[in-house]
Amino acid sequence: MKSGSHLEKVLTAGHFAVTAELGPPKGGDAGVIRHGAAMLKDVCDALNVTDNQTAVVRMSSVAACAILKQEGVDPVLQMTCRDRNRLAIQSDILGASALGIRNILCLTGDHQKFGNHPTAKNVHDIDSIQLVQMVKRMRDERKFDCGEEIQGELPFFIGAAANPFADPYEFRPIRLAKKVKAGADFIQSQAVFNVEKFRDYMARVRDMGLLEKVYFLAGVIPVKSVGMIRYMKESVAGLDIPDELVRRMENAEKAREEGVRICVELIQQIREIPGVRGVHIMAVAWESIVPRIVEEAGLLPRPVASTGPTQGE
Amino acid sequence: MIIGEQKPLEEIKELIGDARKVLVAGCGTCVAVCSAGGEREAQILASALRLAFQVDGNSREVTEATVQRQCEWEYIDPLAEQVAESDVVVSLACGIGVQTLVERFPEAWIVPGLNTTFLGMPQEQGIWVERCQACGQCILGVTAGICPIARCSKQLLNGPCGGSHDGKCEVNPDIECAWHLIYERLRKLGKLELMLRFQPAKDWSVSRDGGPRRIVREDLRVLPET
Repeated sequence: MKSGSHLEKVLTAGHFAVTAELGPPKGGDAGVIRHGAAMLKDVCDALNVTDNQTAVVRMSSVAACAILKQEGVDPVLQMTCRDRNRLAIQSDILGASALGIRNILCLTGDHQKFGNHPTAKNVHDIDSIQLVQMVKRMRDERKFDCGEEIQGELPFFIGAAANPFADPYEFRPIRLAKKVKAGADFIQSQAVFNVEKFRDYMARVRDMGLLEKVYFLAGVIPVKSVGMIRYMKESVAGLDIPDELVRRMENAEKAREEGVRICVELIQQIREIPGVRGVHIMAVAWESIVPRIVEEAGLLPRPVASTGPTQGE
Repeated sequence: MIIGEQKPLEEIKELIGDARKVLVAGCGTCVAVCSAGGEREAQILASALRLAFQVDGNSREVTEATVQRQCEWEYIDPLAEQVAESDVVVSLACGIGVQTLVERFPEAWIVPGLNTTFLGMPQEQGIWVERCQACGQCILGVTAGICPIARCSKQLLNGPCGGSHDGKCEVNPDIECAWHLIYERLRKLGKLELMLRFQPAKDWSVSRDGGPRRIVREDLRVLPET
């Protein structure tokens, strides 16, 4: 066990893991986080806290993770390279460890152009793969990036993102291999809508022998409206949304219901793909739908940490 | 102008690798003026490489050619034949020249022989100093013509930090404190009120932070947009 986090225990015990995303508030009220925790605690194994997601300023992910800890949730600290240099990143990692945070997801970060401070400088002192390696070195060798020694342990379960659909498509498994080699223990992928393409990607990743070295959690996004799926199809780079899904949303009597149905179906299909060890539900500004999706996808009850997989898992 | 500094010979040799035919391409503009990559430096580097390869006991063919400017296609077109015959081209231009060659000769393997260091000027024989960071929105009009973006180690916009000592920057005694210079100049010219103004956070979207930049002048274009 590298970190002893609940997520790590669930995955190493062989369960199909469920994680979800919680966006911190655009304000200083801890109540929003506590409310999210109460809502999602029993339907997820761990909760990701986004780090100024889409470059919009929100409550610090370290602080929000600490609040989740208090609420009995296993948090996944999302850490981007956009807003911090290597000094700030390392000091935040020390702080996160002190607060009992055990999972970290290492990300590049969305460009600030898409956020609410488009004239800001971006940092990108190191990139996400270098960050993975840095955290691994901090944990395993107890060394800072500069080589100086760190006092005490930093037990982190190290995560990285993967986008199976971005261009150049052929390069994507290679980039994943670099992240695994750098030290990623688990992967949370970009949202899957095109299951065929994802299956092909996973086959290539499997052939490269990566799935023996990393726990792969596939991302899904429940779609709330026709406008949302159209927007994601047309304007969000790195998403691959088949026309059929857009048509289903357009023709549905109740778009939200169809969105839930699609999400549940996607989870069920993705789960059948060899090597997928869990699902990561990114219900952007629609966290309240997560319990229903997890239930309808047949993923309840969630395992208690120390037990092995239940029958049928 | 663009200031560059030649890479160590060992590094250049490493970049050349196993290539048999080497073309050293000099540039006759900025990097010639700063004695890093002009005709003379191209000749010297080519000779040094020939000698080094001889010492290493493997024969290579090293030639050199210098153009007026490596950063414009029309100036590098005459190199086409020599580039095509080479296994590797060591460009002694700045990073712009290297990439101009790459874009014009996509089949060729081009490596840099210089480190492009900064935008600046010669201060005296043998000394070059940085003066501009191409931040995209010039503030020299309010900083007495002295750029704190290029010359202050912290890129401050509202006066010197606590690390200013005797007109020098704490980072290195060879660095003049840009804000000390600005202060002195404003004082002498009776414009100190400029320094009392609060300078708001800069718009970095027009700098490197906003992504690679491009200027389109419709009044000057002759080709249709592709």
